[in-house]
Amino acid sequence: MIKSNRFSWFLFSSPQSFYPLAGALQPWFALLAVALCAAGLYIGFFVAPTDAQQGESYRIIFIHVPAAWMSMFLYLVMGFWSGVGLVLNTRLSSMVATALAPTGALFTFIALWTGALWGKPTWGTWWVWDARLTSELILLFLYIGFMALQAAIDDPRRADKAGAVLALVGVINIPIIYFSVQWWSTLHQGASVSMKSAPTMAATMLLGMLVMALGFWMYSIAATLARVRCVILERERHTDWVAAEIGAQK
Amino acid sequence: MIRALGWVLRRDLLLAFRRRGDVVNALVFFIIVVSLFPLGVGPEASQLRNMAPGVLWVAALLACMLSLARLFAPDHQDGTLEQMLLAGEPLVVLVMGKVIAHWLVSGLPLVLMAPLLGLQFDLPGDALAVLCVSLLIGTPLLSLIGAVAAALTLGVRGSGVLVALLVLPLYVPVLIFGAGSVGATAAGTGAEAHLLLLGGFLALALVLAPWASAAALRIAME
Amino acid sequence: MLEARELECTRGERRLFSGLSFRLGAGQLLRVAGANGSGKTSLLRIMCGLLLPSAGELRWRGRPIRAEREEYCRNLVFIGHLNALKDDLTALENLQVAAALGGMTADAGRMLAALDRFGVAHCAELPTKILSQGQRRRVALARLALSAAAPLWILDEPFSALDVGAVVELEHLLAAHLASGGMVVLTTHQEVQVVAHTVLRIDLDVHTAALLAA
Repeated sequence: MIKSNRFSWFLFSSPQSFYPLAGALQPWFALLAVALCAAGLYIGFFVAPTDAQQGESYRIIFIHVPAAWMSMFLYLVMGFWSGVGLVLNTRLSSMVATALAPTGALFTFIALWTGALWGKPTWGTWWVWDARLTSELILLFLYIGFMALQAAIDDPRRADKAGAVLALVGVINIPIIYFSVQWWSTLHQGASVSMKSAPTMAATMLLGMLVMALGFWMYSIAATLARVRCVILERERHTDWVAAEIGAQK
Repeated sequence: MIRALGWVLRRDLLLAFRRRGDVVNALVFFIIVVSLFPLGVGPEASQLRNMAPGVLWVAALLACMLSLARLFAPDHQDGTLEQMLLAGEPLVVLVMGKVIAHWLVSGLPLVLMAPLLGLQFDLPGDALAVLCVSLLIGTPLLSLIGAVAAALTLGVRGSGVLVALLVLPLYVPVLIFGAGSVGATAAGTGAEAHLLLLGGFLALALVLAPWASAAALRIAME
Repeated sequence: MLEARELECTRGERRLFSGLSFRLGAGQLLRVAGANGSGKTSLLRIMCGLLLPSAGELRWRGRPIRAEREEYCRNLVFIGHLNALKDDLTALENLQVAAALGGMTADAGRMLAALDRFGVAHCAELPTKILSQGQRRRVALARLALSAAAPLWILDEPFSALDVGAVVELEHLLAAHLASGGMVVLTTHQEVQVVAHTVLRIDLDVHTAALLAA
């Protein structure tokens, strides 16, 4: 693609040069993810104090809250790369957006699942129409819509662009949806069943959640890099360099 | 530019008039869905009154979504969409003409039919009025957002189900504030805030949705 | 006037053509030849700006066509595989809408004359869904008789489904357009006799543009 002697970040916007870079970086991010998650879980399960009201069951927030953060953050990142891909017409940005979607959907699902598990001992029911849970549910639908649209379109470039438009529409809508659901939930129920009722957070709890969030972040990068490599190989399978790459591995 | 918009609008209305059956079918669908709810949950008046705004709004959402298949797909099949892309007029303007026609044909009839169905659910007079106003502001919003999804799924495998998957999550705010306005009137807190927010969303969608639809159409035609 | 530089087209994983360059000037006819699937329709769609070439660019009067898309479209008439007729509208209504969107100003009299030129004036008030395939093609082509003001005509298989009389009529129309300084790009499987100052020919099977004097 772009060949230039001076170093520029465009150099890595070519799938061919990004492929080995992603391969080199991926294990390090995976290692960081494992270390940070282990540290975060240790803080969460052994260091953080037991909650006076909820007992030990509250400890699921060390997974639930970071997963919810990541699910929203990853949608924004996906929207960003989609937008870059659409405006600059760079294939790699669109591939990154495609690769981010399953990880985002995974974290959304984890947030919902752990939310339900937390709800049972806390509120005595698996599901409440709490504003945050409802927003997460709709976010999951948005992720699924993005993946379904890309899967339904055969031509990869068209799939990239159509997905990008959808992701951008979604990015504009997420704050609106979040705000509407918030409004809707305050109208329909009292504050008694709300996750906002958590008492002032101990510093160790906050630390645990931050470390976990960092761990999830590193995991997202590692998983996305691995997935981008697969997408690159699949899309470029007819090029000489992929043939050489696969030949070298055999 | 306005002339081109007028021509697209005229053409689509004429086509809808020649195929009145399609328009009537969507309206009948709306009526049937609304009428099924009392059969499902029982005829108790107070319960039905509580449910009415939600039921009417969800049915309107579904009816509008079904009619999205008629928005761009027929033009795509017979090649007239291609000609619109080459018309020498901004595509956004032509898309706007099509969306207005879509609303007149599939949104406005729902607004007119809603008070009658509201009576079936024993809604009081002021709630009926708010229901109509909320639908009047909300249904154009449904057409605008729907146009983006319809354009994105043009000519795609299984586009019918896919449209539902894409568009229904985006309809959530419209549903919340549309049905909420009627509920708020019934609860005596006033519907103004809801209606104003719906109006704000409509303004935002009027600016952004035609651009997104036009971009999606160009992508779909490649 | 219309200039292509190093065009390349990739559909899916297949590269249809690459390095395709040509220039088309006033009064010239460009005939795109090639086997089925060689990319004739894709090339025409690239020329219309409907399809983005995977490399290279097209220039109209020295400026890239994507820069001033609407301006370029006003200079262009495209008739594709599909007739772009609405089944539920009459032939005349179809022509009216097409003319209005194409920015042509034409009254009913001129439209009837255009339909008459292709021998379908008697179908003017009939919905196009009851017309035969050939008649529909004639209605679609009647648009050309109103489009003399647009210099560039791009026609995908314009002769398909036409009988001998209509073929001759279309050949006359194209010759008149070329004689008055227009440009025509077309694909066809038939041998056509269009009188033109220059006939360019692109054979996508051999990926080269050759100049043949007519």
